[in-house]
Amino acid sequence: MTKLTGVGVSPGRVIGPVLQMPGSVTEPPSDERWGTDTTAEAETARLKTASKVVQAELKARADAASKDASAVLEATAMMAADPMLLKSAAKLIATGTSAERSVWEAGSAVAEMLRGLGGYMAERTQDVHDVRARLVAELRGLPTPGIPASETPFILAAEDLAPADTATLDSKKVLALITGSGGPQSHTAILARALGLPAVVAAPGAEAIDEGAEVYVDGAAGTIITDPGDDERAAAARWVEQAAALGTFNGTGATADGHLVPLLANVGSGKDARAAAAAGAEGVGLLRTEFCFLDRETEPSPEEQAAAYREVFDAFPGRKVVVRTLDAGADKPLPFLTDASEPNPALGVRGYRTGDVSPGVLTRQLQAIARAAEGTEAEVWVMAPMISTAAEAKAFGELCLAEGLNQPGVMVEVPSAALTSEAILAHVGFASLGTNDLTQYTMAADRQLGQLAALNDSWQPAVLQLIKHTVAGAQSAAAATAVEKPVGVCGEAAADPALAVVLVGLGVQTLSMSARSLPTVAAVLASVTRHEAQELAALALAAPTADLGRTAVRERLPILEALGQ
Amino acid sequence: MSERKATVASRVGLHARPAAIFAEAAGDLPLEVTIAMEGEPAEDALDASSILSLMGLGASHGDVVVLRADGDGAEEALETLAKILETDHDA
Repeated sequence: MTKLTGVGVSPGRVIGPVLQMPGSVTEPPSDERWGTDTTAEAETARLKTASKVVQAELKARADAASKDASAVLEATAMMAADPMLLKSAAKLIATGTSAERSVWEAGSAVAEMLRGLGGYMAERTQDVHDVRARLVAELRGLPTPGIPASETPFILAAEDLAPADTATLDSKKVLALITGSGGPQSHTAILARALGLPAVVAAPGAEAIDEGAEVYVDGAAGTIITDPGDDERAAAARWVEQAAALGTFNGTGATADGHLVPLLANVGSGKDARAAAAAGAEGVGLLRTEFCFLDRETEPSPEEQAAAYREVFDAFPGRKVVVRTLDAGADKPLPFLTDASEPNPALGVRGYRTGDVSPGVLTRQLQAIARAAEGTEAEVWVMAPMISTAAEAKAFGELCLAEGLNQPGVMVEVPSAALTSEAILAHVGFASLGTNDLTQYTMAADRQLGQLAALNDSWQPAVLQLIKHTVAGAQSAAAATAVEKPVGVCGEAAADPALAVVLVGLGVQTLSMSARSLPTVAAVLASVTRHEAQELAALALAAPTADLGRTAVRERLPILEALGQ
Repeated sequence: MSERKATVASRVGLHARPAAIFAEAAGDLPLEVTIAMEGEPAEDALDASSILSLMGLGASHGDVVVLRADGDGAEEALETLAKILETDHDA
């Protein structure tokens, strides 16, 4: 029995077999040639065999998939054995280039050709790249890239997961996620919370656990134990009872003394929104609009955008829906908007800043939001990501008003925005704290880096100080303008039930999180009075370290233990 | 050399599912069939059994394409393939 320790990012205790996520396929070197021990004919035959294997594999997956997914997979299966692709590769093989490099280059040429056609065809370049990676993996005798296919549920282990991997993850087959790197704010963590899967990140060694080995994962404690014994089995069984007992959220977030704290959901699509409404969410605190744009080579039309937003609005009649304008850049690149060659993308042209280099995208998006808001019963608010100065807030507010969107606000995720919240809120109506980026920028710690997980912790007293400062600035701005200036949190911090109590104690008015986290946060919040929350906030602010703050607050919240959090 | 013109009926044009159905049918034939946009020289015609070539052709709804093949049964084969193009698979 060995124990690996990482950071628990999504609670739950399970036991299951591990399947490792294969590494991504690297580009074969440009000078890779077939050796003297073979011939061009044999090398071409090797490619043909590989293409047949990949085609059969994709075909089998198509047969097992749902109708929509099946059509795409079938087309992808045909690409794997496409005569034009194989012919161009064979020409390169004839000049001495290895089969791997030949099919890689032939695939690139096809992808470029499709990209040049634009629109729908350009979106298919991803499929060609996927097929190319599968062919190279097959030729090299490596496992197929992507989430492993399995008939039975498993624990997925990886170095880290990318947003593209997470799109194909089947939450019915995956019991838990464990990664060797990746921080508490990584995509793996966010995905795990959204799906309600137990997850441990930044646990060195997780990526080296033997394929098929049985392990115990505790997503609250952040531990992974191989060869689990009776204690672990009992703990996993107890979790099943605790999770059932936690039940559902009744739809009204409040402290024990009745101070209302609306609990909202973070959503990324109409489907998410309907699920969040069913889970009792009191509105949407963060609508990520990237879902309309990701994997796109070109900007979606205003009509298409409006239809997508409208789906979300329709799930929340009479409720607030906060739409965040496009947040591209850094870990969310978009080919038509962001520059992939920036040396330091997290500090680069991203979020609201992309408007300076690609004017018009934001205006068209605001027009689409305004169109979707027409005649809807939802209360539509709009906010810009990555605002750093009051001048930016003013410009954004004016853009929104010009399109008839009369409730503009900003994300506070850059420390400068937190420090100048009073000046910023003189121009806009509300602020929403994005604690993931606020933490990364305050601590100067890349949120994707597992090594920096301890710094990248929203419990850091410096982060809490900035949150306190933002609230104070909002109160001053409200007093000066005689208009309420609400401050909410829509980062992952709101989903940590102990930290949620601290945030309320700091004066935050609404909390927005993955719908999965609503029952737990509601239950813990209802166990304290507003005054107690303020005391706990003071405790966390005064703590010398993030860990000591967390421990001190958790000790005063006995309900956490009972809920298995 | 047999030739047969056909108008693309599929509303999304000749890609995705319609292209897959067409390429599969062309691949199942014992003949080599080429496809080109109407008015383009025959030597620039593409392999009709290649889904990637079909996607690159960029034929939209209402475009006329020319199918060509040589040998026994070419006429019948082209007729079968043309029928596929003239059917709206998205309906």
